[in-house]
Amino acid sequence: MSDYNFAYLDEQTKRMIRRAILKGLAIPGYQVPFASREMPMPYGWGTGGVQVSAAVLTPDDTFKVIDQGADDTTNAVSIRRFFEKTAGVAVTEATAEASVIQTRHRIPEEVLRADQILVYQVPIPEPLRFLEPSEVETRKMHSLEEYGLMHVKLYEDISQHGAIATSYAYPVKVEGRYVMDPSPIPKFDNPKLEMAAIQLFGAGREQRIYAVPPYAKVVSLDFEDFPFEASKADHACDLCGAEDSYLDELIVDDAGGRLFMCSDTDYCSTRRKAGHVGAQGVPLGEDAA
Amino acid sequence: MYVAVKGGERAIDAAHAWLAEERRGDASVAELSVPQIREQLKLAVNRVMAEGSLYDPDLAALAIKQSRGDLIEAIFLIRAYRTTLPRFGGSVPIDTGAMTCDRRVSATFKDAPGGQMLGPTFDYTHRLLDFKLAAEGEVPAAAEVEAGTAQTPHIMSFLDREGLIQPETDSDTTPPDLTRTPLELPATRDLRLQALARGDEGFILGMAYSTQRGYARNHAFVAELRIGTVAVEMDIPELGFAIEIGEIDVTECETVNQFQGSKTQPPQFTRGYGLVFGMSERKAISMALVDRALRWKELGEDNLGAPAQDEEFVLYHADNIQATGFLEHIKLPHYVDFQSELELIRKLRREAEANNAAPSESAGASGGNLSGKMKEGAAE
Repeated sequence: MSDYNFAYLDEQTKRMIRRAILKGLAIPGYQVPFASREMPMPYGWGTGGVQVSAAVLTPDDTFKVIDQGADDTTNAVSIRRFFEKTAGVAVTEATAEASVIQTRHRIPEEVLRADQILVYQVPIPEPLRFLEPSEVETRKMHSLEEYGLMHVKLYEDISQHGAIATSYAYPVKVEGRYVMDPSPIPKFDNPKLEMAAIQLFGAGREQRIYAVPPYAKVVSLDFEDFPFEASKADHACDLCGAEDSYLDELIVDDAGGRLFMCSDTDYCSTRRKAGHVGAQGVPLGEDAA
Repeated sequence: MYVAVKGGERAIDAAHAWLAEERRGDASVAELSVPQIREQLKLAVNRVMAEGSLYDPDLAALAIKQSRGDLIEAIFLIRAYRTTLPRFGGSVPIDTGAMTCDRRVSATFKDAPGGQMLGPTFDYTHRLLDFKLAAEGEVPAAAEVEAGTAQTPHIMSFLDREGLIQPETDSDTTPPDLTRTPLELPATRDLRLQALARGDEGFILGMAYSTQRGYARNHAFVAELRIGTVAVEMDIPELGFAIEIGEIDVTECETVNQFQGSKTQPPQFTRGYGLVFGMSERKAISMALVDRALRWKELGEDNLGAPAQDEEFVLYHADNIQATGFLEHIKLPHYVDFQSELELIRKLRREAEANNAAPSESAGASGGNLSGKMKEGAAE
């Protein structure tokens, strides 16, 4: 792949993206328009995240890609291979070893450090989009800090269902100013949005980049008498026994039998290597197919 | 005991190998060559060049071969290749008035200087399957005549002289570039035309058709539709003048539309404009109709709330590469989000059932004691 520049994009484009990233970090939660390029993978499949990763990767970086928390999902494999090919960077599945992590729909369970960057793939960056379809209108609402519509939506949820009926892509307010879509992570992950690592959000098709700087205050929207609650399946992982991780539910037999396992595959296998065994698991190494 | 599912990498490799085999099809049938596609599927090549925004018939033909004839996939290949190309500069505006026309028709005048010419059109063919083609019959050569030497000025310019048509003002400003700056609204007309030129033919056609059926109707006459070859010239700084660097085929459509006048404009004819790479008159006419519908604001017309008048709606949804990518991404795993929805719906149902079982209890979850005050900024 020597025909392409390091990490595919040309240096001018990377500079343009870095400027957008810096602006995003300077105005936490603000959606910075950027001239998203057409990437050799489809819009909606992580082109925003890929462009942000391409702009921040250096030859010394170690790169990890997860989709739904797993390194082995097909699109995560595809994106990891893309950067192996075009940037020649080292790749890893171990969260702790990665300096740049690109993710879709999850924040790793392991606490991230100050020397790490978490890059999110974002489908619809506008938290107000499903309340107001017009971009012209929503940009106006953000600039006027006019978030009443969102509050009313959450209130209506409570009056209708007795709870806020948003379980993922749960809106947050960053540094007391911008309401932000944390990308479609489950709300279980929302409390982790206050972290030591730099968090960058890339929406390729919608041409937006935004960011949460390290230790920025990120508050999930709620009401005093209906406080935000990070929820997960009320089980422990059946493979590693973890009770603090987000779980996937699998249907394992024709009778509809269920099994719960960590969605973060690296977290699960690390625990199993350390000897933790869940209700239906065996120590790692004995299940090699 | 449960064995975690693995194998994404192997699955991808196997899928790619299978795809390559399917692309080739039955190996006992001769393989298609890129020149065959370029020459014999020219309209497909034209569409890929137009919506891929790259004028290169050989690459477009290659993309069609690689994509197994899926034109949106081929457009995608061309777009992804196009972004990697360096830019040497911009050409001077092409002069479509100086076009060597293969086809030139006007629906508004029976004749005009330069004459009308049907050219290689499907228009008056009877759409009967030609089984001779299946037998690979050779085509007899078409009759030839000397090309006329008459100039073929734009037919619209004759209306212009009478002052009946709304004038267009010249501008020397560099037009914006949709592929290098993010789309911001409101868009200028040049940016809108750029977006329409690379927009999906089917989408633009549907939008244009909706205006004909009454959603912001602006009855359009095709003043002129011309297809042919134009020279592309570029200023070379070292030379100090423009030289011709090549020729391209384009289709241009100018419509003339009724206009009753408004508070700001006298009654006059107005224009819609379409310009597309290659021979693509369906797209060029559609583009002209949609262009005209989007001009309601500058002409002081009423916003009728029609989809074709809404520039945000049209411009944000016209690009088939954006649309197909986002549409098809729902094939990707979403089990994390689905899991959270599953838990939510189970919880809500549990509560609803509990409420139904005990109807005597008052409102319950109907939000009776909401303070309504957001806990903004409260520390976690």
